[in-house]
Amino acid sequence: MAVEAAFGCTMRTLIFPARYSSLTEIRQFVGAAARDGGMDDREVYAVQLAVDEACSNVIEHAYGGEGDEPIEITCSPHPDRLMIILRDYGRPFDPTAVPQPDIKADLSRRGVGGLGLYLIRKMMDEVTYEASSRAGNSLTMIKRKGGGG
Amino acid sequence: MEITTQRFKHCDLLTVKGRVDSATAPLLTQALEALTNDGRFKIVIDMSGLEYMSSAGFRVLLAGQRTCRRYNRGEIVLAAVPQRIREALELIGFTELFKSFDNTTAAVGSL
Repeated sequence: MAVEAAFGCTMRTLIFPARYSSLTEIRQFVGAAARDGGMDDREVYAVQLAVDEACSNVIEHAYGGEGDEPIEITCSPHPDRLMIILRDYGRPFDPTAVPQPDIKADLSRRGVGGLGLYLIRKMMDEVTYEASSRAGNSLTMIKRKGGGG
Repeated sequence: MEITTQRFKHCDLLTVKGRVDSATAPLLTQALEALTNDGRFKIVIDMSGLEYMSSAGFRVLLAGQRTCRRYNRGEIVLAAVPQRIREALELIGFTELFKSFDNTTAAVGSL
């Protein structure tokens, strides 16, 4: 927290209801943070996609469907990167248990599981997850600027 | 998000504009199912107006392709895929599963 103050960066947190209709506003929120932080179109799109996928997963898996439960999103800009923290209070999950999609499988053998998490990991540079029954589950995603990813 | 469908003699052209995410993907499912339930399995999806697509949309495309290619009765081909969406399709290996054309004329002509 002292680091953010030293750079004078504004950390913003918004809380959204766990509904798919929140995704438009969520993408606008994180997209603006990415753009204000100096990211280019490609990076902004990547951030929006990753956060969309993460929130969709929270709605479907953490909360078991749409409802009024909260998704907290914190955007924390830094000179060289953007950090986004997603917090939910639903069922925790084990990211290591999610299968990697077989992107070379042909049509008949192609599965759809794990696509969202796969995209999150491709769009963002660092992804860490922490489940806490006390403080909720948090997914931290970092995208470095000018990373070309 | 807006979806319009145009029927040709031998195929259907489905134009999707706007953003496909978990909220709007069901509408794309509906539009595709309306065609396949009607025995139409050769479908061009015009993506020129598509601004954004998440895995919710990609899953709909995959399900649709499975249906259309069953018994070799048809397929879904893509037209005018925007760069950002092409990159995502490449990342998840979908460019191997869907033929892609620069414009709808070429796509319609291929079916």
